[in-house]
Amino acid sequence: MSALLEASGLALRFGAVPALDGVALEIFPGEVVAIVGESGSGKTTLLRVLSGMMRPEAGEVRYRDPEGGLHVVHEMGEAELRRLHRTDWGFVHQNPRDGLRMRVSAGGNIGERLMAVGARHYGNIRAEAAEWLRRVEIDPARIDDMPALFSGGMQQRLQIARTLVTRPRLVFMDEPTGGLDVSVQAKLLDMIRALVADLGLAVVIVTHDIAAARLLAHRLLVMRRGQVVEQGLTDRVLDDPQHEYTQLLVASVLAA
Amino acid sequence: MTALGYNFGYLDENTKRMIRRALLKAVAVPGHQVPFGAREMPLPYGWGTGGIAVTASVIGAGDRLKVIDQGADDTTNAVSIRHFFAKVTGVGTTERTGEATIIQTRHRIPETRLREGQILVYQVPMPEPLFRLEPRVAETKRMHALADYGLMHVKLYEDIARHGHVAISYNYPVLVGGRYLMSPSPIPAFDNPKMDRMPALQLFGAGREKRIYAVPPYTSVTSLDFEDHPFQPVRADAPCALCGSRESYLDEVVVDDKGGRMFVCSDTDYCATRQTQREAAE
Ligand SMILES: Nc1ncnc2c1ncn2[C@@H]1O[C@H](COP(=O)(O)OP(=O)(O)O)[C@@H](O)[C@H]1O
Ligand SMILES: [Mg+2]
Ligand SMILES: [Zn+2]
Repeated sequence: MSALLEASGLALRFGAVPALDGVALEIFPGEVVAIVGESGSGKTTLLRVLSGMMRPEAGEVRYRDPEGGLHVVHEMGEAELRRLHRTDWGFVHQNPRDGLRMRVSAGGNIGERLMAVGARHYGNIRAEAAEWLRRVEIDPARIDDMPALFSGGMQQRLQIARTLVTRPRLVFMDEPTGGLDVSVQAKLLDMIRALVADLGLAVVIVTHDIAAARLLAHRLLVMRRGQVVEQGLTDRVLDDPQHEYTQLLVASVLAA
Repeated sequence: MTALGYNFGYLDENTKRMIRRALLKAVAVPGHQVPFGAREMPLPYGWGTGGIAVTASVIGAGDRLKVIDQGADDTTNAVSIRHFFAKVTGVGTTERTGEATIIQTRHRIPETRLREGQILVYQVPMPEPLFRLEPRVAETKRMHALADYGLMHVKLYEDIARHGHVAISYNYPVLVGGRYLMSPSPIPAFDNPKMDRMPALQLFGAGREKRIYAVPPYTSVTSLDFEDHPFQPVRADAPCALCGSRESYLDEVVVDDKGGRMFVCSDTDYCATRQTQREAAE
């Protein structure tokens, strides 16, 4: 099986800060990869570079389309990249306000990606939106409500529905449970896990929550100062961390 | 004769040349907004300065000008613009749609079908069809560049979800030549189908925003809609009280102080012509 996304030699500095320093990785279809590391280690920057939202100073990101064609992400035109972000890819922001249109109803939020790729049948768009509300456990009767009326957890589920409606194969998530209460986080993680398994999604998820990584991820990348210091199968990395930074990270979670 | 002291059409030749260059660009890329450096006109914005600048740049000594405001030739706005051009160009003016070579309009398209060789100049208050949906100008430009108009459909979706139909009765967004999303200016949605493959040249001038755009003759202009909620031009369900027309766009006018109302054609030339024909037939 060939990778959906491959990156090699990624480097990016902000002034003297090396946000990315020689990062390479591959994401395979249906695989959940978590990127963990302390705050400021370069996780968000890596996600933004992988998804084409930010340009690296060195290195390359390659994307494989459903027909098997390979594209260098940062050489794609803006129109092509935008289209990719609405079809085969998705991006779930930490703050649902960054990923939702707050002045558009729940149904309109879910329908937007469908309409952006040419859906022109109102009844079908609405039916699809209702179905996705159900899937993320929001009462479809609330299809015409504005997102502002929803709780934080519901907003995040709505953002996920809106992202998944075009059946992307690869989804980037940046701390999707970040701003939520612990009990709400657990519920959301369960839902993400079920959806990912159901849809066979590949996911690159950034989190500083080791427990979340253990629950969701097949593989783990540990970042520190812009470098991937350790990577491997989640259980292996967490149960038998090799790098001393990973050992510290795991120990600090166990202690907490 | 041109009044003394004015250049023909009021604007100086350099300004007219600059506006014509913008017009040529606009005609070459139908529906695309082209910026132009507007010269101050002797009228406040909102009085059709963009339309006046366009008319001033295309009008020639052999033209006949008609000016309408909401379909009427006799409103203050229409009369003063017509007088202005009569004074600064000396060209003949007319109220007859069929006799005019240039028609400057605010908020209507004449009922009488326009023909090849005529120019319809629209006064545009806000040229950007996405401005209510996307306040960032740079982002609207990007959306036009990428033909990324899903957001406009989101707006239509929201209308149908809330009201059961698209609640836009004026300035109903159109797609020009299958490519550019365009504001038709605040004409009633009823007029939208008249824009489609119109034999006349359609020019749009927005004075405050300093933008020009155009629809060349016989260009497709489609109103955005959904397959299961097709665009429907609406008109009051009544005949004109004066000429009996069941096809024209109607204004509802108050006729007395007891709440009495009647519907009459908004296009005064069309209505008057029909009344004359009726009388002749009797
Ligand atoms: N736009 C930026 N300008 C300057 N520095 C930045 C910018 N974005 C990130 N950084 C810096 O790069 C490093 C990595 O940041 P980030 O990728 O956000 O880390 P993380 O997501 O792991 O917390 C940090 O030191 C951060 O301060
Ligand atoms: Mg971050
Ligand atoms: Zn009439």
